[in-house]
Amino acid sequence: MSANTPRLILRLALLALITVVIQETAVSQVSIFGVSADLTPLVVMSVGLLTGSLPGAIMGFATGLLVDTVLVQTLGVTSLLYIAIGYWSGRLRELRDPAHGLVPLAAGAAATAVAGIGMTLIQFLLGVDAPVSFLLVQQIFITVLVNTLIALPVFALVRRIITPALPDDPRRRRRRAYTTGGLSPLQSPSQRLGQIPRGGGQ
Amino acid sequence: MHDKQVRRRRAVLALLVGVSLILLTAYFGESQNSPLHSVQRGIVAVLSPVQTGASKVLSPVRDIANWASDTLRAKSQRDQLQKEVDTYRAQADLYRTKALQYGQLSAEIKLDQSIGADNYDPVAADVIGRDPTLWYQQVTVDKGSNDGVALNDPVIGDGALVGKVTTVAGSVSIVTLITDHSFAVAAQILDSSGDTGVLVPAVGNPNALLLQDLPGHAAITVGEQVVTAGFKQGPLQSLYPAGIPIGQVSNADQNQLLNNNQVEVAPAADLRHFDSVQILTKPFAGTERAQVP
Repeated sequence: MSANTPRLILRLALLALITVVIQETAVSQVSIFGVSADLTPLVVMSVGLLTGSLPGAIMGFATGLLVDTVLVQTLGVTSLLYIAIGYWSGRLRELRDPAHGLVPLAAGAAATAVAGIGMTLIQFLLGVDAPVSFLLVQQIFITVLVNTLIALPVFALVRRIITPALPDDPRRRRRRAYTTGGLSPLQSPSQRLGQIPRGGGQ
Repeated sequence: MHDKQVRRRRAVLALLVGVSLILLTAYFGESQNSPLHSVQRGIVAVLSPVQTGASKVLSPVRDIANWASDTLRAKSQRDQLQKEVDTYRAQADLYRTKALQYGQLSAEIKLDQSIGADNYDPVAADVIGRDPTLWYQQVTVDKGSNDGVALNDPVIGDGALVGKVTTVAGSVSIVTLITDHSFAVAAQILDSSGDTGVLVPAVGNPNALLLQDLPGHAAITVGEQVVTAGFKQGPLQSLYPAGIPIGQVSNADQNQLLNNNQVEVAPAADLRHFDSVQILTKPFAGTERAQVP
C-alpha cells in the first residue's frame, strides 16, 4: 500500500457519493430526447481506466450499492453491473494501455450499453413482465448516445479529481517522456541523444 | 509476484460478485420489514437532508436544462395541444350541462359531497430525487412520516394520479410511479357504460399504460378519460379514491380489445417533469356514500 492509497480511497468515496447525489437530484430530472443521462456508469468507467481493474471493480461495487440504496431498489443489481464495467475498463488499461484521447468516448458508450442491456436482462431474470419493445431498445440507444456525448468531460473531471492521489505510474512516466521528448520538456530528443552518426552504422 | 497479483485480483473480483449475488438474493426474498430493507430506509433517512439541499442548490441548473429541452419540443406540443383544446371545448359544453343536472340530482338525494381531494388531507411535497433507469419508476419527495405520510398513500401530481408511497422515512418518502412494473390500480373509463378494468404499466415505456380486463365488446374510443374506480367490496377497499384522473385512451384497437381485453392509456401527468406532488394522507376519507332513499 503506497502513501497515496488512503487519499485515493477518500477521493473515490467522495466521488461516488457526490456522483450519486447529483445524478438523483439533478441529472435524472433533466430529460433529453425523452431520456436522462446517467453519470454513474461513466464515472465507474473513468475510475477503471485511470486506476486499473481492481480499484475499478471496487468502485463499481460501491457506486452500484449506493445507487441501489439511495433509490430503494433491489440491492446488488446495479453493483453487479458496475463491477463488470469497472473491472473491464481497468483491464483495458492494463492490457492495452490506450493512449488515444477518444478512448473514454468509446468506453463510455460501451459502459452505458452494458448498464442498459444488463439491467434489462436482470429485470427479465427477476421476473418483470415486460415486452421487448422497439421503444425499450430505442431508449437504451438514446441513453448510450447522450452518455457518449458527455463521456469526455466526465472522464476529464474524474481524472482531475483523482490524478493527484494516484501513485506515480511508470507507464505514465514513460508515455510522458515519449510525448515530450524526454523527462524534461525543455530538452529535445536530439539534444538528449547527441549527434546521430551518419553512414548507416558501418 | 505477478501470479500473486493475478490471484489477488481474481479473489477480490469473486468476492465482490459473490456479495452482490448474496445481497440480491436476500433482498429479493425478504419482506418490507426485513433487516436489509430497514438498513436501506435508515440510509435514505440519513442522506435525505443532503438530497434536499442538493436539490435546492441544483434547481437553477435543472431549470435551465429543462428550459432548453422544453423549447426544442415546444412547437410540436403547441400543435398537438391546439387540437386537444378544440376537442375539450366541445366536451366542456357537454359536461357543463351534465354538471348542472348532477347538481340538481345530488341535492335531491342528499349525496355525500366529501369525495373531493381536499377531504383526504393532501400534503404538498417537492420532488428531490428521481430514478434514471427505465425499470424503477420512482421519485423521492421531501415529506415523510413526520408530516403524516404513510405507506400506500395515493400521490397526485400535475393534476392526475402519479403513484403511491412505497417507502416512508421521517422526512422523506419514495413514491413509486404508475409506470413502475409493480403498479396496478382499478380504473374506469368515462364512456357511456363506465367500463372498468385494471390499469397496469407498459413497462419500459414511460408514456403508456394498459387498461386490462375490459369487456371485449366495450365501445371505447380514443380520447376518453380514465379515472380511478375506487371500488369497495366488503372489507376490501381500493387505496385510491374514486374519480382521480389518470389519463386518456390513446389507442383503442378493436383487435386488442377483443383478443386481449385491453386498450392503451396515456398518462395525464408528465411523469418525467413534475416538480411537486400532493400526497393524500387520509386515503379512506369520504368513503361513506349516500344511499338513494
